[in-house]
Amino acid sequence: MCLAIPGQVVEMSEQPMLVKVDVGGVRRNVNIGLLEDANVAPGDWILIHVGFALSKIGEAEARDQLRMLEAMGEDELAMEEIRGYTFADGPLAR
Amino acid sequence: MKYVDEYRDPVLIENVAREIKRTVDSRRHYRIMEVCGGHTHAIYRYGLRDVLPDNIELVHGPGCPVCVLPTGRVDDGLAIAERDDVILTCFGDMLRVPGTRGTPLEFKARGADIRMVYSPLDALKLAQDHPERHVCFYAIGFETTAPSTALTVLRARALGIENFSVFCNHVAIVPAMRAILDSPGMQLDGFVGPGHVATITGCRPYDFVAREYGKPVVVAGFEPLDILQAILMIVRQLHSGEAHVENEYARFVPPNGNRAALAALETVFALRPTFEWRGLGHIAQSALELRPEFARWDAERRFAVPGVRVSDPSAARCGEVLIGVLKPARCTLFGNACNPEHPIGALMVSSEGACAAHFRYAQHAAEAEPVSV
Repeated sequence: MCLAIPGQVVEMSEQPMLVKVDVGGVRRNVNIGLLEDANVAPGDWILIHVGFALSKIGEAEARDQLRMLEAMGEDELAMEEIRGYTFADGPLAR
Repeated sequence: MKYVDEYRDPVLIENVAREIKRTVDSRRHYRIMEVCGGHTHAIYRYGLRDVLPDNIELVHGPGCPVCVLPTGRVDDGLAIAERDDVILTCFGDMLRVPGTRGTPLEFKARGADIRMVYSPLDALKLAQDHPERHVCFYAIGFETTAPSTALTVLRARALGIENFSVFCNHVAIVPAMRAILDSPGMQLDGFVGPGHVATITGCRPYDFVAREYGKPVVVAGFEPLDILQAILMIVRQLHSGEAHVENEYARFVPPNGNRAALAALETVFALRPTFEWRGLGHIAQSALELRPEFARWDAERRFAVPGVRVSDPSAARCGEVLIGVLKPARCTLFGNACNPEHPIGALMVSSEGACAAHFRYAQHAAEAEPVSV
């Protein structure tokens, strides 16, 4: 549960506090309400934990973190988590 | 990406390992605790024990959220799940943690509506989708995870969602470190500090370890080189007779932490006067609860939970393993009655727990025997 998953912002969302990120080809919305610097733009890399961006990171750190997850055997878990986010889906999501 | 490959470069790892061997005093024994379960997992996964000199002993700390949860709190959450109108949601790690009458998975099999979520926001979404039910989120985790719960509660309030609550079991790592430092028989020389927690808190909360107890703390990342480098930095501090907090993980950890996350914590949560930790007992001001103004989203205020204190199974010696005075394999249940398929103690449940890591990677390793002093 302590996974920190790197993802790249691909587009801003119309919904407040959400951005769409790409993690290993999977695209999901994550919440950016915990980011100290909320100036996020497509192309930025962020570290994701339980649906929230915790910090902006550099591309090198992002790739570092991805490889670390792989080396720890946690990359599948990370992808499962990203795929599992449902909070921004469906008609009731706001 | 040369920069990032450095953290797993075998030559560099060998160099740091050699430098550690060269630096240690052979007449001395070093007990270093890695506080975070992620570090425990990495140490086993990469076999770092094998590259360290024998007189460096790594003690696995309490930084695994499900491992420190006492059985009584598991029972309390499951009592909420037994209500007909409730959907209990939790992270996957919680599903196999044993309570007195079974695990959440077993309760689910018996008909309780328990669902796994990947984010507290998923639990909130479930509440929106099922206005006729009450959705309770079983919240666990350290300072890394608690801000996400805080923001979810703020969102529930903003959206006026009243069929949602949080059963709050968030804990703080700093009071646990103090409890370990104060525990009799504990002879730690230094700490590898938790990297992810520090991305939220910064490094300052660890200052007391150096200032009041004279022990070095090096906040570290999770690559093999990060962990070895931190150990070398601790050994060097010990030899210099100084103790301070160093940040080996500066590429991720801002010195003052994440102020937005800390503000969310402050808005939603207050410190409980005391909270029980498995293996460590009650620790003052070590856990979070929702502030009174968020009472309607607080499962403990909404539902009367049994609140019974349950002792761990007497044969399981989780508590001693958790504070590092007993190695996992020295527990008589280890690998026999207690294994990852059928865990008796929580340390066997999560991959970040010392027992599960030991079972998975090092059943036959030298660590089964005590390190000679």
